[in-house]
Amino acid sequence: MLGKTAGGLYWMFRYLERSENTARFVAAGQRIALTRSHADDEWTGVLQTTATWDAYRAKHGEVTQDEAVHWMLCDRDNSSSVLRVVEAARNNARLVRTALTREVWESVNESWMILKEALSQRVSERDLPQVLTLVRQRSAHVRGAFAGTMLRNDIYNFARLGTFIERADNTARLVDVKSYVLLPSSQAVGSSLDNVQWETLLRSVSAEGAYRMTYGQDVRARNIAQFLLLDRRMPRSLAFSVGKLVDNFHFLSDSYGTRPPSAAQAQALHDDLLSSGIDEILDRGLHDYIQDVLRGVAAVGSQTEVDYRFYA
Amino acid sequence: MNAARLARGLLRPGTPVAAGLAAFRHGLALASTLPGCPIVQPLRPHMIEPMRMTSTFDEMWGRGMGQAQSSDCEDAAPGLQVQAARPGRLTQAQTMYEGLRPPYRAFDDWLRAENPARLLKKQREAEEVFRLTGITFNVYGRAEAAERLIPFDIIPRIISGREWARLSRGIEQRVRAINAFLHDIYHRQEIVRAGRIPVEMIARNAAFLPQMIGIEPPGGVYTHIVGIDLVRTGEDEFFVLEDNARTPSGVSYMLENRETMFQMFPELFSRNRVRPVSNYPRNLRRSLAACAPAATAGDPVVAVLTPGLYNSAYYEHSFLADKMGVELVEGHDLRVMDGRVAMRTTTGYKPIDVLYRRVDDDYLDPLNFNPDSGLGVPGIFDIYRAGGITIANAPGTGIADDKAIYSYMPDIVRFYTGEAPILQNVPTWRCNEPAALAYVLDHLPELVVKEVHGSGGYGMLVGPTSSRKEIAAFRDKLLARPGNYIAQPTLALSTVPIFTRAGLAPRHVDLRPYVLVSPEGVTITPGGLTRVALRKGSLVVNSSQGGGTKDTWVLEE
Repeated sequence: MLGKTAGGLYWMFRYLERSENTARFVAAGQRIALTRSHADDEWTGVLQTTATWDAYRAKHGEVTQDEAVHWMLCDRDNSSSVLRVVEAARNNARLVRTALTREVWESVNESWMILKEALSQRVSERDLPQVLTLVRQRSAHVRGAFAGTMLRNDIYNFARLGTFIERADNTARLVDVKSYVLLPSSQAVGSSLDNVQWETLLRSVSAEGAYRMTYGQDVRARNIAQFLLLDRRMPRSLAFSVGKLVDNFHFLSDSYGTRPPSAAQAQALHDDLLSSGIDEILDRGLHDYIQDVLRGVAAVGSQTEVDYRFYA
Repeated sequence: MNAARLARGLLRPGTPVAAGLAAFRHGLALASTLPGCPIVQPLRPHMIEPMRMTSTFDEMWGRGMGQAQSSDCEDAAPGLQVQAARPGRLTQAQTMYEGLRPPYRAFDDWLRAENPARLLKKQREAEEVFRLTGITFNVYGRAEAAERLIPFDIIPRIISGREWARLSRGIEQRVRAINAFLHDIYHRQEIVRAGRIPVEMIARNAAFLPQMIGIEPPGGVYTHIVGIDLVRTGEDEFFVLEDNARTPSGVSYMLENRETMFQMFPELFSRNRVRPVSNYPRNLRRSLAACAPAATAGDPVVAVLTPGLYNSAYYEHSFLADKMGVELVEGHDLRVMDGRVAMRTTTGYKPIDVLYRRVDDDYLDPLNFNPDSGLGVPGIFDIYRAGGITIANAPGTGIADDKAIYSYMPDIVRFYTGEAPILQNVPTWRCNEPAALAYVLDHLPELVVKEVHGSGGYGMLVGPTSSRKEIAAFRDKLLARPGNYIAQPTLALSTVPIFTRAGLAPRHVDLRPYVLVSPEGVTITPGGLTRVALRKGSLVVNSSQGGGTKDTWVLEE
C-alpha cells in the first residue's frame, strides 16, 4: 500500500471520529447549560474540550452559547468544526478511494452532502438536537459500512489506528476538562449540581446505561473516572482505545514482518496506563496524568506517520 | 463515398440549428493544445463547392426531425408525445413512426409501454445515483461547490452491429496509422521525405517533442489509449472530428452510464442484446502490462499517475485505478531510485513497470520538461529513455492529434496502411493557401473559422450565428494573418432523442469510442461515450455548457 494511502485512511478516520465527538461535546454543553444559571460559563469548558479554545478567543471576545455552538459546528474558521472535519474526512476518502469499498465511499460522500447542507447556516437552538443526532447517525452509518464491507487487512488497520488515536485523545480531553468536578468529589459526596454534571459527562459518551450496569445507581466521581479511563469494556474509554491501538499495531507488524517504534510506543503507553489503579491516578493528580496521556497519544500518532511513510 | 456526396452530406450553411462546429469542437477538444504552423498542402478540389441538405439525421427516427426544431413546435419530438388526456402514457404519431430505424425497434416497443411518470422518477433516481457515487468533474476557479455532475439522459444511443463493424474497422485502421506515423516522425520521417507532409508542420510544431527522437517505446506502442471523436451526419456518414492521442478522458462515464442503466432498467437488457463494456478496465490493465519494459521482473506493476484531488478528471483516475486494482499515485509518491521509478509504500519504495499517466507531457518531468512542474517525477524521462519504465501514452504523441496535422490524416492513413481511409475527415481549408483563403472569404457566413493555435473557443468565428458586423471584423483579422487560421464547414450533426417532461426531444450528439493498443493488438470497446447537447438546437456537448451523456449500445448481430 502507498504511504500516502495509509495516511489518507488514518486521517479520514481521525476526522470522522472527531466529527462525532464534537457533536457529543456540543450535546453535553447544551445539556449543562439548560441546568445552570450561568450557562455561557459552561461553554468555556466545552470549548476547551475540543482543543480550539485559543482559536476561539482569537476570534471572539466573549463566550456565548450561540457563538460556541456555531463555532463548533459550522464555522469555517475553526479547522475542527464539524463542517470542516466532515469535509476533510471526505477529501481524504477521495484521496484513498481505491482502498475503500463502494459502500464506504458512498456513505462518506453522502454524509458530507447531508451535513454540508445541514450546517450551511447557523443552527437554531430549536433545531440543535436533530442536527446533533444527524451528525452521530452519519458517523454510525460510515462505521457500519466500514465494518460490514472492508477486508481486514492493512487498509483496515490504518483506518482503525486513526479512529482510536482520535478517540483516546478526545476522551482524555473530556475527562480533563471535567477534572475540576471530579477531583474534590474523590473525597466527598458531591452536591446535587455536581451529580448533574457527572451524568452529563457520561451522557456525552453515551455511557449512562453502561455505567449503571457496572456501578448501579451510585454516581461517584471516582467511579466515573475509572469507567472512562480504565474500563476496557467501555468502547469510548481511554483503555479500550489504547488497547485497540496495540491490537492494530500487532496486526500490522505481523503482516509486514517488522515491528516499528510506533508499535512499541503504543504498547508502552498501554502498559503505563493500566499499571496504575484509579486511586493512584487521582492521588497523583488527574490533570497531570491526562497531560501525560495526551502527550503519549500524540507521540504514537506522529511516530506512526514516520514509520509507515505517510509523507514524502 | 464520392466527393459530391461527401460535400452534400457535410455542408449546411445558415440553418438555425447550426450553432457552430467550432464551438462543438471546442467542447470536445479537452486536452488539445494547438500548434502554430502554416499549412501548405494544396487544397483538394472536392472541398470547394458546398451543397445544401435539408434535414438533420435522427438516429432513432431517421430523417425528418427538422420540423421538431422549428420555432412553433413544442420541445417534444414528433414521434413521441405525452398525451394529456391519458396521463402517464407515451404514444406515437403514426406519420412519424414510419421512420423508426431498426436498431431502435425493441427499445421503442419498451418505451411505448412505459409510463412517463415512472421514467421521470427513474431519471431523478439516476441523478441521485451519480451524486452518491461522486461521479463529478471539478470546475476550476471555484472554491465552493467546485464539483459538478454531468447530466445523464436515460434514452440510450443505439448502434447496430453492422454499423459498429464498419466503424471499428475504420477506427482500427486510423489508430494503426497514428502509431506508425508517430514511430516514423520520431525516427526516419519517411512521410516528410516523401513530400506528403511539409517538414515545418513537424519541426515547428509545439506538439513535436524532440526528446523523443530515436526512442523505441516498449512494445513499439506510442498510443496505448486513444479516443476517436466521431460525428454522424447520415445513415452511412461518419466523420472523425478529432483524434485524442494524449490522455483521452471520459471512459469512466461510459462504464458508469451502463452500470446505471443496468440498475434502473434491467428488463431492457433482456430485450436487447447489448455488447458489454464492463471488461474495459481488465483489458486496459492487460494491454498496459503487455507493454512492460525490459527491466520488468515478474508480474508487471502498473500504476495510474494523477495530478491530484483537484484535477477535473480525478474521479476517473481513481475509478480506473480502483477497477484495474492498481495504485493511484501522484508525483510526490514517486522517485527515481536505482535506475527505476519507485513508489513510496508503507514498507518502502517499490518499482513501477508501467505508468498510465494522466499528466500532460510538459508536467511529467521537471528535469527534462517544464522545470516549474510539481506534478511530475524528476528524472522519469531519463529512466524511460533507458528502458526502465513504460509511460502510457508515450510522451510526444500530441503531434498526432494536433489540429494542423488533423487535415493530413487521410494522407497519413494512406501512407502507412496503403489503404483508402474508411473513416472520413471533416474537410478543412488552410487559409494560408490562396485558393482556400479566397473560398473562405466568400463563404464566411456558413463556415467556422478558427485559430490554428487558439483554444478555449476564443478568437474564432462561427459564421451561421454571427452578425454581419462580426463577420466583417473577422474578415479583417483573417486577411491580416491568413496563416493563423483554418476553416471548416458547419456539420449537420445527427440527433438522438432525450427524455424531457414534454416527451422525447431530438438533441445533437457525438461519440467517443475508446481504443487500446498493445503488441497483442488493437482492442475497441463496443460503444463509447455519447455526449449530448442538452439545450435545444445546440451543437455544444461540452459538460460545462449544458452537455450531458447517454449510455451507448452496440447491438450483437
